[in-house]
Amino acid sequence: MSIDPSYYLALAGLMFAIGVVGTLTRRNAIVIFMFIELMLNAVNLIFVTFARMWGNVDGQVLVFFVLVVAAAEAVVGLAIILVIARRRETSNVDDISMLKW
Amino acid sequence: MTVEYIVFGVMFVVALGSSLAMLFAKNAVHAALFLVATQIALAIAFLLQGAFFVAAIQIILYAGAIMVLFLFVIMLLGVDRQEALVEPLPGQRPLAIGLGALLATEILWIAFRGLDLVAAGGGGGEALTGLNRDPGNVKALAGSLFGKYTFPFEATSVLLVVAIVGVMMLARRINALSSGDRVAETDAAREDLVAGRRGAA
Repeated sequence: MSIDPSYYLALAGLMFAIGVVGTLTRRNAIVIFMFIELMLNAVNLIFVTFARMWGNVDGQVLVFFVLVVAAAEAVVGLAIILVIARRRETSNVDDISMLKW
Repeated sequence: MTVEYIVFGVMFVVALGSSLAMLFAKNAVHAALFLVATQIALAIAFLLQGAFFVAAIQIILYAGAIMVLFLFVIMLLGVDRQEALVEPLPGQRPLAIGLGALLATEILWIAFRGLDLVAAGGGGGEALTGLNRDPGNVKALAGSLFGKYTFPFEATSVLLVVAIVGVMMLARRINALSSGDRVAETDAAREDLVAGRRGAA
């Protein structure tokens, strides 16, 4: 464990930025969800790096909470995408611009 | 520790390259597979930093369960849908890329220059190595999770139950809709068909 934490944080930051750009530019709802997962993963890396920097496991415990939130979010989000896709035959977020139809 | 640097370098390239490839992947399945590669690389990063249990969970839960769920939904919706190139909001993509680059620069600056702000009371990696050695990684995690973080832990169980109930509601709505709008039309059409056949007979 001799590599400077900065490099891990840099990797996590770059991945988070890629996730942001992907979420903003892609149009497929499932792909957008994948980029959200990517952002959550980057945050997990930051938590683990901070756990190492502080010398305790609290950051690693927080990863579990992020994981649970990510799992719940993915399940509910994908179910919503499925329902929309069954009704509208699309997973393009530009086509789903109405709150009610 | 040269081996550690080599492993870190490979992990860095794979993680960053796969996430960049996700951006340019045309096919949703390819994006999902690149995400799996990213997550496995991240598991290696967790291993490098002494988070052994988290690394295992990362592979089992993220690269395993969640990504299978994603692939399942992609397969359900069909894989060969092209993304629309029509932009309803002109200039949104360049703006998003520019702001994303700005965000990356900021985080990089914080990672390399602003660390003394967050590492003020850091015990360092040696303390974590000691923790991993003496009670063990899983034991230390469990002690923290069921001791210090008992309430958040129970709160996540509530969150999971809420998510399960929500998904069941969504799934039930699909069935309820079958007596509703569109599927009802096909039902009505089928009934008409049956009635027509009866009439013909």
